[in-house]
Amino acid sequence: MRVYPPDAKWHEMADAGVIPQAGNAEEYDVSGWRSTHPVRDDECCIQCLFCWVYCPDNSVIVKDQQVVAFDPMHCKGCGICAQVCPKDCITMQPGGDMPEQQD
Amino acid sequence: MGQLQPLEGNLAVAEAMRQINPDVVAAYPITPSTEIVQTFANFVADGEVDTNFVAVESEHSAMSACTAAAAAGGRVMNVTSANGLALMWEILYITASLRQPVILTVVNRALSGNINIHCDHSDTMGARDAGWIQIYGENVQECYDNLIQAVAIGERMDVRLPVMSCLDGFLVSHSYEMLEVEDDAAVRDWVGPYQPNQPLLDVENPYTMGPLDLYDFYIEHKRSQWEAYPAAKQAVIEEGKRFGETFGRTYGLMETPGLDDADIAVVAMSSAAGTAKDVVDKLRAEGVKAGLLKLRCFRPFPAEEIVAALAGCQAVCVMDRAASFGAGSGPLFHEIAAAMYTAGQTIPLNNVIYGLGGRMVRPAEIEAVYRGLIEIADTGKVEQVCTWLGVRE
Repeated sequence: MRVYPPDAKWHEMADAGVIPQAGNAEEYDVSGWRSTHPVRDDECCIQCLFCWVYCPDNSVIVKDQQVVAFDPMHCKGCGICAQVCPKDCITMQPGGDMPEQQD
Repeated sequence: MGQLQPLEGNLAVAEAMRQINPDVVAAYPITPSTEIVQTFANFVADGEVDTNFVAVESEHSAMSACTAAAAAGGRVMNVTSANGLALMWEILYITASLRQPVILTVVNRALSGNINIHCDHSDTMGARDAGWIQIYGENVQECYDNLIQAVAIGERMDVRLPVMSCLDGFLVSHSYEMLEVEDDAAVRDWVGPYQPNQPLLDVENPYTMGPLDLYDFYIEHKRSQWEAYPAAKQAVIEEGKRFGETFGRTYGLMETPGLDDADIAVVAMSSAAGTAKDVVDKLRAEGVKAGLLKLRCFRPFPAEEIVAALAGCQAVCVMDRAASFGAGSGPLFHEIAAAMYTAGQTIPLNNVIYGLGGRMVRPAEIEAVYRGLIEIADTGKVEQVCTWLGVRE
């Protein structure tokens, strides 16, 4: 959620260029940045969680210590997860579309 | 009245740092400032301060660590010179724009090409656009007093800007002079405890510092930063007064010996201003109405006060201990010329570049500058706007 409207004046905003909110990058949708997307083979996966450790965008969803999905709102398609997977269970497929995250 | 002691500039600065007892010092050695950090590191090792001393691998890392420590909520100090300041250049802008009051002692030394370890002002003059407050000290007493005031100035809630306390390399840093060193408790009480603004370690009140800032908001943020500098100027004046009330030595934006009724005047900073004071005395004794504007606070630039101080003169020479290559004259001259012109002043103004790389400037040479001003005052003409003093030609 925007903190400041696009026409906010200089004296209406916080000093030092800070955003008076923490962690609001979570609300920023970068799905349009992808040109490839990760696909994980669930049967191949040994749940080592390397992909979760290395993802720079916190976009590997882990529940009960198991990788369950990738986050379509925040994955930028960088391919690091595919690079680090020790079992080569993740492949980068062309295109930016990813399945909607099911809870 | 403090205790009279002989100390060299570096040791006096280290002593002030010990008394201030900052939370963090992240620093890297460089001549002629090394001794400050070295001495302070001994204080840390001997348990005389509570400071978290971070021995970093470069000046860039030093200022990065300092800025982060200040943002976390600590009172932070650093020390450097010349190419050390140059190496932390990108971070200087960040510290100021994040409004973090890091206190940096700069022992002024020539920026390399060629490599030279001696005094000139090219280092801090080169950083004049970064947004730091800059205060220049003439002698050992001043570099001690200025550092203590720097803490109070930068930390004021209406200021929250980083401060450079500058002293001449070797000329002051390595010269023993008598100074009054104040009592530990008195200095501690005078600076008071640090009240950080929105410390990042306050996890109950999280926010985002240093986000990406595109063309839709960046300029508004810089305009917001611009607004802090008039308050910074007031802070220099007010803290200088408050220092005087406690310790008996009062400070301001400048000193103006002989300037009240002067016909001719020189503008100078730091130790050369001390030499110029003697020249003024000699000329006055001969009946020449000479004056000196010793500028102490260069940033924020006190344009109004400088124009007012010089208003009665018939000829003025601005002495620059730095050259602005390609500009045709030195940086202090530029700023004073702009201030005078925009105030409608037409007093003949000229510029002398002197003392680069530690070239000594003698009283006789400054006297020659004044004699030249007498002639300019007579004719109303400046033959050459910028000349170099003491160069073999």
